[in-house]
Amino acid sequence: MITNFIRYPLWFIFFVILQVLILNNIQLSAYLNPYLYVIFILWLPIDMNRGALMAVSMLLGLSVDIFSNSVGMHASACVFLAFCRPFILSSLSPRDGYEADQIPGIKNFGISWFLAYASICVVLHHCFLFYVEVFRFSDFFGTLGRVIASSLFTLVLVVISQLFRYSPSRKV
Amino acid sequence: MRNLIRFLRRFSFFFLFLLLELICFYLLFRNNHFQQAAFLHSANSFTAGIYSRYSNLTDYLDLKKVNQALAEENQRLRERQLMSYQKVFGPNFLIRDTLYQKKYLYAKGKVVNNSINQQNNFLTIGIGKRNGIERGMGVLAPQGVVGVVTQVSDHYATVLSLLHRQAKVGSKLKDSEYFGSLQWDGEHYTQGVLKDIPNHVVISIGDTVVTSGFSSIFPAELPVATISAFNEVAGENFYDIKVDFTTNFKNLTYVYVVKHLHKAEFDELEEAKEGLKDDY
Repeated sequence: MITNFIRYPLWFIFFVILQVLILNNIQLSAYLNPYLYVIFILWLPIDMNRGALMAVSMLLGLSVDIFSNSVGMHASACVFLAFCRPFILSSLSPRDGYEADQIPGIKNFGISWFLAYASICVVLHHCFLFYVEVFRFSDFFGTLGRVIASSLFTLVLVVISQLFRYSPSRKV
Repeated sequence: MRNLIRFLRRFSFFFLFLLLELICFYLLFRNNHFQQAAFLHSANSFTAGIYSRYSNLTDYLDLKKVNQALAEENQRLRERQLMSYQKVFGPNFLIRDTLYQKKYLYAKGKVVNNSINQQNNFLTIGIGKRNGIERGMGVLAPQGVVGVVTQVSDHYATVLSLLHRQAKVGSKLKDSEYFGSLQWDGEHYTQGVLKDIPNHVVISIGDTVVTSGFSSIFPAELPVATISAFNEVAGENFYDIKVDFTTNFKNLTYVYVVKHLHKAEFDELEEAKEGLKDDY
């Protein structure tokens, strides 16, 4: 429990830096912008207070925003994701419910559960983000294409980083 | 009353969500009008400091391309120098020229942050107020137009890139002098669209588009783009023209900021003109 207070701030800084300095410069085409930093919201503990979840997510979004001159854009998408996350978690909950203080991940819940969870979250976030970015529905399908392409890219990165994550070998 | 409180408590989560989203969108709209709070943009010392350190690191990777661009520019400037002209007749003589007066000054700045993959792209450059940079100045690269300065701090400035949905450059066709406005369509960082060129003008692929010089931001006749495709739309009076930007926004390293020395005078006249329009 206490390690979370050290681990999460470090992850926060790491993913913001990774996003603004490296991933924002990946420009494979105009359609592909991975936003890996959302993984921080995915990794927050399951039983976290909903208000705190939204506040932390907003802070995360704002940090990315300040670096990319789009104040409010990422923040609004992150708050939206944080709002939806409890509903996604409860709709995906395993038969005997969640244990307290669990962290969503492949180790705890298996690959298919994590894929479903991560893809719903990433697609929701990217949808919100890209439509707020263009702020009109006139080029609806063009934007949808960007949402799908970028979501796939982000999802691949999310799964890869999941494999890198150090986690203490199982709770007793 | 008790019911109201119970209602509020029950949906407090949802109200918090609405409140946070309201704050976000408030920030977003303020930002859209370029009136963002002074510390919430990438020209502030903390974020710009990180960017400039990072760019110090990555600059080495681009040295080859930068050298090439600078060498090309040197060559162009050298061609304009006096020593590359041949004297055709007569002895040396000095002309004290009062016909020409300096109109534009240029300041050199390094790009410390740049993006091309958003719908609204900005650059951050490593010169600011201390170097005489002000809002509304034009920014150029060796190959052409880059954007307009929007925010200035002591040592840094943010530049609204041409790759921004609200950016427009008053431009004209180099050959026929017909003017229109050049915009980005938000798709690819090398391509934009040229609007308001009437159907009867003869244009062809490869024609150069230059700045019109109608505003106090850019000098006239700077290259902006070349026409890559065009077609006539049935029932419309204007062409649908696609252009390739001359500037490569992906490898910008050094840019020039243009200062128009008669800007105040020019803008005053333009404003007076706006006033007149209302009167008559």
